Amino acid sequence: MDYTEKVLEYFRNPKNMGRIENADGIGKVGNPICGDVMWIYIKVGKNEKGEEIVEDIKFETFGCAAAIATSSVITEIAKGKTLEEAEKISNKDVVEFLGGLPPIKKHCSLLAEEGLKSAIEDYRKRAKEKNEKL
Amino acid sequence: MIYLDYNATTPTDPRVIKAMKEYFFEKFGNPSSIYEIARENRRDIEKAREKVADLIDANSDEIFFTSGGTESDNWAIKGVAFALKDKGNHIITSQIEHHAVLNTCKFLNKIGYEITYVPVDKYGVVDIDFIKKAIKKETILITIMHANNEIGTIQPIEEIAKIAKENNIYFHSDCVQTVGKIPISVKKLGVDMLSLSAHKFYGPKGVGAIYIRKGTKIETLIHGGEQEKGKRSGTYNVPGIIGLGKAAEIAKEEMEEEMKRVKYLRDKLEKGIIEKIPEIVINGHPENHLYNTLNLCVKYIEGESILLKLDFEKIYVSSGSACTSGSLEPSHVLLACGIPHEIAHGSLRFSLGKYNKEEDVDKVLEVLPKIVEELRKISPFWEKK
Ligand SMILES: Cc1ncc(COP(=O)(O)O)c(C=O)c1O
Ligand SMILES: [Zn+2]
Repeated sequence: MDYTEKVLEYFRNPKNMGRIENADGIGKVGNPICGDVMWIYIKVGKNEKGEEIVEDIKFETFGCAAAIATSSVITEIAKGKTLEEAEKISNKDVVEFLGGLPPIKKHCSLLAEEGLKSAIEDYRKRAKEKNEKL
Repeated sequence: MIYLDYNATTPTDPRVIKAMKEYFFEKFGNPSSIYEIARENRRDIEKAREKVADLIDANSDEIFFTSGGTESDNWAIKGVAFALKDKGNHIITSQIEHHAVLNTCKFLNKIGYEITYVPVDKYGVVDIDFIKKAIKKETILITIMHANNEIGTIQPIEEIAKIAKENNIYFHSDCVQTVGKIPISVKKLGVDMLSLSAHKFYGPKGVGAIYIRKGTKIETLIHGGEQEKGKRSGTYNVPGIIGLGKAAEIAKEEMEEEMKRVKYLRDKLEKGIIEKIPEIVINGHPENHLYNTLNLCVKYIEGESILLKLDFEKIYVSSGSACTSGSLEPSHVLLACGIPHEIAHGSLRFSLGKYNKEEDVDKVLEVLPKIVEELRKISPFWEKK
């Protein structure tokens, strides 16, 4: 199976690339030895109900077209969602959004899910540490 | 389109297509029949055989037509392994062979043969001392490729052939990447068997040949109607064989000019890339390489993404990254050269040929630096290194 048009389009024009200075949480996943590495940065804010949301999100990725496209897609899906909703985004959602991925590329899409979860986890850990200090 | 993947395959030379054309309709005969159109086919096949023999300085009765490089490699290795199974079960090859050789050896290993994989240095040159030490009384075959398809490094075949001969061991060389590109003499190389493939030098796909030195003990793999003196059965691929012959003839005539022209283009590309893009690693031997092949690693980014961005610009190259190989491992050749995984993932191979022009190189030199910059901008390893 080849890449879908949608994967190529997202690879060609990825959204939300780059770094967030003073990010509230950073998820660093993957391993350069295996070929794909993804860093997800989040800025956390609040919605009108006072729930914590992903106010801003960016990525930096070393990897193939699938890794770059899935990075972009997960940031787009997650943006504006509450942390609870964002945590539930799975690699399946990402793959579906892209109209499928070649079977050997599934592992690349797992990184996107892990990266976002790990960024949220990092945020929570930092928040907890801050609370303990207060 | 800018095609820079000639080591993968080449376009068929229009003169080759023209030569082949008649053999589909007007001269469609089965050469094994006895009437005149078949006799004519036979004569034409023998002419093609002579042209192939001529290209590699062999006698035409030592050339057997096959379906390509893969079959020739299989035949040489399994054929000797089966023929000499009472003499021994040990085969020496290298870590950087094409999969046509590596997977054949893997199969033989599964059925009881012992295989030694000779390591290479950082340039991809096989360790001759290692070969000498690996030889034992059970060794029946050494098979080492002439030029590597990924990095272009050329092996010291004459030296290895001498060692094989001194030890009374057959020597096969996969010359798929050199036949038609550089002058080859089976006598000078000292090989007992040699594989070649038409589609790597402007001939059609699915046809090739093997040179088997007269007197070599080798078993037949494809049994049937006893074509090719009973050594390789199957109705002759007449158009393919004619095409191979024509490609061999053209290669012999035009090789010298081509070598100079393509070398200039490849070297210009290398120099330009090094000048315009920081942190590039050039792979393969700095001098002893195929004049058309440039393999390099772009640090901090991944090969498939570069390849696809070039593809968007209609520039076609290949990569040895894991993400293009269908496995999680980058190219076995680059790893064997000691290149770390994370750098090997960023490999690109440019292989040039007859229809490339200087503008093609200029275009790559204009486009590639931008692509690398874009991808490095989103790489977590760039800047922060
Ligand atoms: C070094 C080498 N050996 C063998 C082959 C296989 O040849 P063919 O495609 O004719 O089967 C190739 C081509 O990919 C090659 O580069
Ligand atoms: Zn990948």
